[in-house]
Amino acid sequence: MSVDSMYQEIILDHYKNPHHKGLREPYDAQVHHLNPTCGDEITLRVSLDGENVADVSYDSEGCSISQASASVLTDLVIGRSVAHGQAAYDAFVELMQSKGQLEPDEDVLEDAVAFAGVSKYPARVKCALLAWMAWRDAVLQAAADVSGSAS
Amino acid sequence: MTLDPAAKLAIDIARIRKDFPILDREVRPGVPLVYLDSAATSQKPAQVLDAMRDYYERHNANVHRGIHTLAEEATAIYEGARAKVATFVNASSPSEIVFTKNSSEALNLLAHVLPFGPGDDVVVTEMEHHSNLVPWQLATQRTGATLKWIGLTDDGRLDLDDLDRVITERTKVVSFVHQSNLLGTINPVDAMVAKARSVGARVVLDCSQSVPHMGVDVQALGVDAIAFTGHKMLGPTGIGVLWAPLARLEEWPPFLGGGEMIDEVTMAGSTWAVPPHKYEAGTPPIAEAAGLGAAVDYLTDVGMDAVRVHEHELTAYALEQLQSIEGLRIIGPPTAEMRGGAISFALGDLHPHDVGQLLDEHGIAVRVGHHCARPACLRYGVPATTRASVHLYSSTEDIDALVEGLRQVKVFFGA
Ligand SMILES: Cc1ncc(COP(=O)(O)O)c(C=O)c1O
Repeated sequence: MSVDSMYQEIILDHYKNPHHKGLREPYDAQVHHLNPTCGDEITLRVSLDGENVADVSYDSEGCSISQASASVLTDLVIGRSVAHGQAAYDAFVELMQSKGQLEPDEDVLEDAVAFAGVSKYPARVKCALLAWMAWRDAVLQAAADVSGSAS
Repeated sequence: MTLDPAAKLAIDIARIRKDFPILDREVRPGVPLVYLDSAATSQKPAQVLDAMRDYYERHNANVHRGIHTLAEEATAIYEGARAKVATFVNASSPSEIVFTKNSSEALNLLAHVLPFGPGDDVVVTEMEHHSNLVPWQLATQRTGATLKWIGLTDDGRLDLDDLDRVITERTKVVSFVHQSNLLGTINPVDAMVAKARSVGARVVLDCSQSVPHMGVDVQALGVDAIAFTGHKMLGPTGIGVLWAPLARLEEWPPFLGGGEMIDEVTMAGSTWAVPPHKYEAGTPPIAEAAGLGAAVDYLTDVGMDAVRVHEHELTAYALEQLQSIEGLRIIGPPTAEMRGGAISFALGDLHPHDVGQLLDEHGIAVRVGHHCARPACLRYGVPATTRASVHLYSSTEDIDALVEGLRQVKVFFGA
């Protein structure tokens, strides 16, 4: 097992030049998630437009894996349907639990397939999942708010 | 602290390393282990492992229960370990040594039994391990007392200018760390004790990182209680120590209830066994005590002055080498003065997780994270640090491997 399988070029690129970073208005829900064992943090906002994700913005601090993962996540979900984002979430969580045994589906996960190697390092899986957990939490809150105010 | 330079001669690193089987292993084929995480837990010499095995193979029985031969041997081993620990820290009697599960339990015990209430203050510092912070947070919340703390200076020391403001007539307890696990700082016990005594406060010292690395004399410290933990001083996990003068242990109420800690029990109520048994409810960690006793023998053989001198020199060397790396910032005192061998640092903007992962690739074990001292990390504006820490078996080669590893980390991330 070599560390190069974790630090893929794609991951290092997203780490050095994160996409969609920074907190933006407007938003429907904001969450703050923390990884208590290592101090990684993310504040993440979701803005919905009907069934679609209008924007995901975030401010975060943490290791290359957690930072790159947030960047990849936003690429996958912004401008697409909530359902698509949900499918990507499910696929990513499954990949992270796979201990390196799963061949990821590039159609669903795009750049996130680069994280397959991370799943072999149990201590780093939670780094990769931090932004995704925040995203799921925020999108559930946003959807509840939007449906709540519409009815 | 006076260091006897001649004491150094007693440390023969090559011989000592042979006693620690784990130091010979490879992390992966061809990649030898470089263990620099002794502040998290120390490695164990064969003598400790042998003592525990011998206990289980030949003497295993419950202690203080029964008159058969094994029970008496087990009791002798357990009480013998208590006597060794008492001598090791210069307690006036083995009865002042209470075995707990670890430091955390000893500190929780103290936070439960020391008297304070509404209107009283308990004082800690901003560099405490969570184990010497959270128990006091819980206890002050429960009793209606107020928790206050002494801040830190930019170079990782207690801000003694805070003393008169924070420690006042209302202060009932001052609890602080002897040697910081995050910053390495050795705190000025005398100044703190003098201030606490001037207002009549009790003093608790968290010696988790000092007893393993320097001679600690509880009578010279002049405090009311100390806590330390077996697994950081070459002993096993599962056993810790609370020391307090007998008078205090007699005066304070019990903590956990159960077998062994009682004198007379009726359905209506009970009376308490004499210390230390009053604070040892249930079957104690007997094999662990056998191991800790062997660890204390080992440290005593080498000599704590020799340990201290060796680690002091290694720390000075490590600080100098580390600071020759461009972009590396020490979090804590930058020189070896009044400092132990736990060295936290930031490497440019690189996250400690990434640093630690790549060092592991070279077999180098360091700790990354907030080291259970999150408030101090926040104080220095870092979410986490990378920490290298040594013990008596650590060598300059270990430090050289770390420095070389860090240079390669920088190359990998183009930092
Ligand atoms: C300064 C300090 N206090 C307390 C503790 C807690 O020790 P334990 O986890 O063995 O209870 C530690 C070790 O982690 C420590 O370094």
